[in-house]
Amino acid sequence: MAEDLITLDYGSGGLKTSRLIEEILVPAFRNTALEALGDGAVLENRGVPLVFSTDSFVVSPWRFPGGDIGKLAVCGTVNDLCMAGGEPRYLSLSFLIEEGFPMADFRAVVSSAAEAAKNAGVQIVTGDTKVVERGKGDGLYVNTSGIGFLRAPGLGRAAMRPGDRVLVSGSVGCHGAAVMMARGEIPCEGELVSDCMPLHRLSAAALQAGGVRILRDPTRGGVATTLNEFVEGSPLGIELEEEAIPVEPAVEAACGLLGLDPLYCACEGRLLAVAAPESAQAVLDALRALPGGEGAACIGRVTQERPGVVTLRTALGGGRILGKLTGAQLPRIC
Amino acid sequence: MLYEEGFRRPGDPRRLLERIRELCAETGPLRLMEICGTHTMAIARAGLRSLLPPELRLVSGPGCPVCVTPAGVLDGILQLAGEPGVLVATYGDLLRVPGSAPGDTLARRKALGAQVRAVYSPMEALALAAEYPQLQVVFLGVGFETTAPGTAACVLEAREQGLKNFSLLCLLKRTEPALRALITAPDFAVDGFLCPGHVAAVTGWEAFAFLPEEYGLPAVVAGFEPADLLYAVYRLAAMLAGRAPALENEYTRLVPPQGNQAAQAAVEAVFRPCASVWRGLGEIPESGFALREEFAPFDAARRFPLPCPPGKEPPGCRCGQVIRGVEEPGQCPLFGRACTPEDPVGPCMVSGEGACAAAYRYRRQEGGLL
Repeated sequence: MAEDLITLDYGSGGLKTSRLIEEILVPAFRNTALEALGDGAVLENRGVPLVFSTDSFVVSPWRFPGGDIGKLAVCGTVNDLCMAGGEPRYLSLSFLIEEGFPMADFRAVVSSAAEAAKNAGVQIVTGDTKVVERGKGDGLYVNTSGIGFLRAPGLGRAAMRPGDRVLVSGSVGCHGAAVMMARGEIPCEGELVSDCMPLHRLSAAALQAGGVRILRDPTRGGVATTLNEFVEGSPLGIELEEEAIPVEPAVEAACGLLGLDPLYCACEGRLLAVAAPESAQAVLDALRALPGGEGAACIGRVTQERPGVVTLRTALGGGRILGKLTGAQLPRIC
Repeated sequence: MLYEEGFRRPGDPRRLLERIRELCAETGPLRLMEICGTHTMAIARAGLRSLLPPELRLVSGPGCPVCVTPAGVLDGILQLAGEPGVLVATYGDLLRVPGSAPGDTLARRKALGAQVRAVYSPMEALALAAEYPQLQVVFLGVGFETTAPGTAACVLEAREQGLKNFSLLCLLKRTEPALRALITAPDFAVDGFLCPGHVAAVTGWEAFAFLPEEYGLPAVVAGFEPADLLYAVYRLAAMLAGRAPALENEYTRLVPPQGNQAAQAAVEAVFRPCASVWRGLGEIPESGFALREEFAPFDAARRFPLPCPPGKEPPGCRCGQVIRGVEEPGQCPLFGRACTPEDPVGPCMVSGEGACAAAYRYRRQEGGLL
């Protein structure tokens, strides 16, 4: 009975989303490119290998501090291509529009998508528009797909080694917290701004510095869920230092009010990198030299002590497990 | 810097931990109970158990409002969500708690088309009532003394606005009668209490004086940051070692002796104590809040007289024992197997404040708990 309907939990990016992918989607379409389950697929093209990715955007409200659904849709796919080791080149952009959506708002979304594409150095070369009856959509949904050239082959979980360092390009959880504030779910106004940005410069710099094993942008499910995906079912674990993880005071305060954990809040302009210990400092330096990477930090390391598990050394000196997101993050009630 | 920062990072936790170890060597095994779901989560998030000596056990009591709501009430709520023209507004935690039938939850009913909304405060439910005049909006008021004032304020506001389509299903509970029932049960085995800082901020910390005075049990009203918790555990161990049980308030930055009198007045104006059924503890006299007669028009239990079936606990589920602190989550045969946060069987695995969810999320690893 529990499994005969798709509830909202299946869209949270956590365990239930994995279940949809692993139990229904992968078995239906089985192939090597898909089974790697990266942010983008690596295609063994004759000539230059390609990376290919797609993403849909249903953010509500469609405009939030630091961006809107147009910018988010471009950055989302650009970032997925970058995390797969690609140099993003071409995007498609499709809209599902609810009848009655204001034309001026549509123009604004298109304009911010165009600006984001220019900033990321990609062209939007094809697209689609559909309009549905009022009440059958929530204003505007957007899908983007993208193609890039593979510049860094061999990234992935299999490249990780014990002793590797875990790096993050900046403070975590800003996007999730900013959207919650825009929704009016946080009873305050403040300096919460989404981190939404294209990661092509940061990822290229990190890869150039060398020694990078895997890249991923911690979107739905946040840093905690993404790091779990690095190690689940593998002989390696990750140990994080709570004190080392950058969290902005406004994000910490907002999450504290709602009983949420910033480590499970989405980022849309941050990357997580696992790098060889001897390269970690060079990667950090490269990230810190770029806009949006100033706050880069080493937050933990890869170990063999607790295989398949992410643990956190707390400020108090205690240890605990940092699991995947289950369900949607919920507010506390007392 | 956040005000709470200083309490998050204790200057030197090692010294306090060393003292706790010495005290435990004097006292022998100790079991300390926290009775607030936010404490349960804060203890797990701080990794406190991994630092304490093995002879000192921290056990969770009936502090999670969703967990103590019995299955029969959940069945009634599910039935209510199926009524035509009804919109159920609830804190998110209740969405995924199953009733007597496995997997039957508000989240599932919502996916099937029922009008169910998650809200962060009762005032949002009022706003929904204004927004949907054609629907009857029912707010599911779960919680303890902490949520009671906000719920009372919401009912007063509904009366002020003359809303005809808003009502409250009052499931609020009172801490003291439940603690007394717990302590006088034959299987009670707890040496001291970490008392809930948020409840005490409303009731005043002296509301817990009965613990040492009548039962000889030490009690410390504690805040929610790691340093608060560590210090409270140290004070309990020290009182037990010195055989001098007393009530202490560690959370002085928020909790005055008399509490918040405006909040107490709002609660007093709107609610009266009533008998209430707790999961694991059964019916306890005076342990719930009911709407006073003058607020009957806002009482969902009168507007929708639902047969509240007794409800069945799911087979094998030990939530009742976990809520009383007589068993720990890892002792339940379903824990981490049939019952996980994605597919919960009992409420303690669902709620963000449940003991099983905390143990699963923060401590579970191959071969047992961290």
